[in-house]
Amino acid sequence: MIKAILIFNNHGKPRLIRFYQYFAEDMQQQIIRETFHLVSKRDDNVCNFLEGGSLIGGSDYKLIYRHYATLYFVFCVDSSESELGILDLIQLICFVFGQVFVETLDKCFENVCELDLIFHMDKVHYILQEVVMGGMVLETNMNEIVAQVELQNRMEKSEGGLSGAPARAVSAVKNMNLPEIPRNINIGDINIKVPSLSPF
Amino acid sequence: MSDVVEKTLTALPGLFESQTGAAKITNRLRQLIKSITELTSKHEEENLIKRELSAIKEQVSSPNTTMKQMREIMVRAMYCEMLGYDASFTYIHAIKLAQQGGVLEKRVGYLAVSLFLNEGHELLLLLVNTVLKDLQSTNLIEVCMALTVVAQVFPKDMIPAVLPLVEDKLSHPKEIIRRKAVLALYKFYLIAPNQVQHIHAKFCKALSDKDPGVMASSLHIYLQLIRESPDSYKDLTGSFVTILKQVLGGKLPVDFNYHSVPAPWLQIQLLRILSLLGKEDQSTSELMYEVLDESLRRAEMNHNITYAILYECVKAVYTIHPKAELLEKAARCIGNFVLSPKINLKYLGLKALTYVVQHDAKLALQHQMTIIECLDHSDFTIKRETLELLFRITNAQNVTVIVEKMLDFLCYVPIKTLTFAPDNSWFIQTMNDVFSIGGDLLQQDDPNNFLRLLAEGKPEEDDQLRLYAVESYLTVLKGHTSHLPQCFLQVMSWVLGEYAHLQESVDRREVIRLLTQLLDQRSVSSETRVWILSALTKIPEGQTDLILDLAESLSSSQDTVLRQQAQELRHLSQDSQLREWVLVENSCAVDSSLSFLDGFVSEALAAGAAPYKPPHQRQEELSLNLEPYSFSLPVSLSSCSITDRQSPTLLSVSSGLSGNSAELSTLILEGVKRVWGKDGYLPQKEATAPPVDEPSAAVQPASQQEAAERIEPRPEPSTQNQDKQQLASSLFVGLGVGSSVSLVRKLFYDGFTASLRGNVMDCLEARSTSVCHYALLMDDPHTNVSLTGTVSYQTQPGHTNTLPFSGTLSTADFIRPLVVTTEEYGKLWLSLSHDVKQNLKLLTDAGDPLRTTLNALKDALQLHVVDIIGSEGIVACRLLSGAPCLLHCRVNGAALAMWLRSPHPALPDFILYHCQRALAHH
Repeated sequence: MIKAILIFNNHGKPRLIRFYQYFAEDMQQQIIRETFHLVSKRDDNVCNFLEGGSLIGGSDYKLIYRHYATLYFVFCVDSSESELGILDLIQLICFVFGQVFVETLDKCFENVCELDLIFHMDKVHYILQEVVMGGMVLETNMNEIVAQVELQNRMEKSEGGLSGAPARAVSAVKNMNLPEIPRNINIGDINIKVPSLSPF
Repeated sequence: MSDVVEKTLTALPGLFESQTGAAKITNRLRQLIKSITELTSKHEEENLIKRELSAIKEQVSSPNTTMKQMREIMVRAMYCEMLGYDASFTYIHAIKLAQQGGVLEKRVGYLAVSLFLNEGHELLLLLVNTVLKDLQSTNLIEVCMALTVVAQVFPKDMIPAVLPLVEDKLSHPKEIIRRKAVLALYKFYLIAPNQVQHIHAKFCKALSDKDPGVMASSLHIYLQLIRESPDSYKDLTGSFVTILKQVLGGKLPVDFNYHSVPAPWLQIQLLRILSLLGKEDQSTSELMYEVLDESLRRAEMNHNITYAILYECVKAVYTIHPKAELLEKAARCIGNFVLSPKINLKYLGLKALTYVVQHDAKLALQHQMTIIECLDHSDFTIKRETLELLFRITNAQNVTVIVEKMLDFLCYVPIKTLTFAPDNSWFIQTMNDVFSIGGDLLQQDDPNNFLRLLAEGKPEEDDQLRLYAVESYLTVLKGHTSHLPQCFLQVMSWVLGEYAHLQESVDRREVIRLLTQLLDQRSVSSETRVWILSALTKIPEGQTDLILDLAESLSSSQDTVLRQQAQELRHLSQDSQLREWVLVENSCAVDSSLSFLDGFVSEALAAGAAPYKPPHQRQEELSLNLEPYSFSLPVSLSSCSITDRQSPTLLSVSSGLSGNSAELSTLILEGVKRVWGKDGYLPQKEATAPPVDEPSAAVQPASQQEAAERIEPRPEPSTQNQDKQQLASSLFVGLGVGSSVSLVRKLFYDGFTASLRGNVMDCLEARSTSVCHYALLMDDPHTNVSLTGTVSYQTQPGHTNTLPFSGTLSTADFIRPLVVTTEEYGKLWLSLSHDVKQNLKLLTDAGDPLRTTLNALKDALQLHVVDIIGSEGIVACRLLSGAPCLLHCRVNGAALAMWLRSPHPALPDFILYHCQRALAHH
């Protein structure tokens, strides 16, 4: 079972939180803080698994995470999940994000950034719902996931583009402005884009 | 990053302005996100969110807010909740949105509900009807949403409401719906297995669904089912093997490929199922050798996900009945994992080794060097896994080295390892290190286990260990103590309090002084102070002056618990009689049944208090009533029983009863006088009965016994009494549900009777044999209870022999027919509150299926068939002198729809379970 999916940025700011097991509100925040604390300390050249966090369930649970540029994707799972399986599931979810938000065909998370997640928190949840349902992996066929999400998107667009507007706006902003912005601000932040997907 | 976000956001308004009304709504969300990213301190964030929440509050209560705006408000509320702020006032609006809105509103509403509400939240009740409606909707998306929310947040008691609809969805034409329905049912199975037992056949259909996605989700269920009882699903092995073969052979649509590996997650699931099925079963294992071999061979492509499959495959090979050829290949795979430069694979390799060394310790030897390297690895996770591996290969020879390594790195030493300890001093010394280094990071269990180890040993053998512990702790306490972790201090104070007296050379005053010193330290937590004070209480008297000083100084403490303890300490040290009475040395009698409260409880009950119910039961009683209102009559008083205890007598029979759940006292030995029935005082029955509570006369035989005495605990009253019991049940049924007037009480007239610790027993004396009958009553049903007890008897004065006995009883042993007429049944039916409905198998091999089935049940479970009218039958039974259970059976196609009612919340479930078993075995 997947107990929780946490996405936060390099500063530990939560970007998406989804618990599949009940925890009281303050406990949830504590879990997020502890998880960030554990994960952020780790270099990029160590393994993507962490065991024995004390908050969610103790020794039977592990954290499986990926770090993409500014974002950490963390899955808290119990011992019945396959580590590498979940690791690839994270990648798969990111592919889907890439396809849905950036509408590019290269099926890549490369062009998805924190901004997309912030602005489409609800959408991100809907995508997750198609992949993980009540803590169980529902679907791992990417085309199917994208098809389901597209179905819902069409419904939305037909309604008159309330949510479609910011999506278009954001992608427009990104395409227009981003290449210049980093030069003006901070070279280090050019890394919003992930250079390569597979850390393996 | 936040810089970029900020700059980007400043560029956004221009784009938004071109939008019309829709953009204005998102303005607020945009504003919120923008402000949040600009924040520099937590304090600012708090203020901002506070303002935001009050704005939301205003908006939701305004009548002008449109549904569309509500959607956006909900997202803002989710945002606030995500950051950890309470937006509970929006919950009800989330539900409203799901209830009233169009598809898009529903979507946000359901999402908010599943994020905001947990399974126990009362507002969920408001959602039931909406979900029911949406489940029946023709809009696919609505059905999907309803299924998702059902799987996400629905609690146990709401499942029956949606179960039939979800079940129907298993045959929905759309795959996506079937898939979600299967997962929703799996979730139901996890939280309430009883309720979905009847749909196993449908799971089977899902497994053979033409859509691979549906099949894949049904594997979740099978994995769970097989984990619980592998034997029941052996016949499916062939199907799983075929599925895996087809997947490997590329028979699935290309869609399912991930990095050109066909359906990897599906493969992982299948391999797990196969390993469970093949475990310790040669013939089943043989079926899968070929496909496992194929799997190992195929998974040689170099991608992450293939390693995931490989890992499962290796585990499977080592779990099932061994085959040399496969083991060899798997061992080579493990080697590849362990030696891999990729750190994730190394980790999995270590994990696989940890798993494998239990079967084949030699494999670890091959990788000795790698393991040693891993011990020095910079990654904490790898180190930890390596230690786990070392822990598995610990033996008497290598224990000192391994424990040293463990201490070096992590102070992570499972107490179990230390059972190999070569000698006492090493053990205590190591434990000292563990506690002082690991300290409060240790799991709660570790100190407890250690103390138990010390406490449970035999006095003579382990006194040395204890002595050593005392000595070593005194040395520790004489040194610097401020850095010691709390749990170590607690352990030390407990040991000193308990065993300091063993060490005669030590001055008591010294011990008291050391402990008192601890109390003065600032760093000592109040919990530890309590431990220390308890220890001081236990140190034998004689140092009244020191103790009084201490009590005096603590009496002004701010901590009320400490003040209380200090007060107790003072009293105890001044009153030696009281002290002796309270602190009997080496006595550890715990009255887990809380018998000392009996008087209080019976008084309270007499004064009209409601009988105690454990929390889970209260919970269940609060559960959703899905019946029309007309049925729900006032809940009748459920039976309560108080044990009245007699002091142990010459013939002492003690029985310890333990249920298979963690509850206390599964069987209550009933024997209390019950003077108030549902209809008032019941004097006439009791008045004529001989005094029940006088054991003395009855117990005489024990002392007269010359030869061995045999005592048979009887789970049921002897056969001669059964007619009486039936009579009694028919007599008492009118009294209503709560009447647990002890049936066995009627047996007193049959000659020799005695009552013992609340038991009613019946000693038939004949020369050298004495037969005692006990009536055991089951108060709280359980599937199984185990019964243990001892018989003590004297063959000659002064020589007491003890015989232990034990047995296992199931609920079925306590079920008795309840003879009622149809009218009485009807009356009783309406007065019962807890019900369960389920479809059972109908035995169709004879002319009248209903009658055959009911007779089969009657034979198996001693039920009473009250009446059969057409396609319906009514059956009644009761728990032996406890709660009744009424069964209403109706032929429904090829199944028997059974509806059970009882005043006891758990009873129907158990009876149902036994009915299912009885029918399955038929």
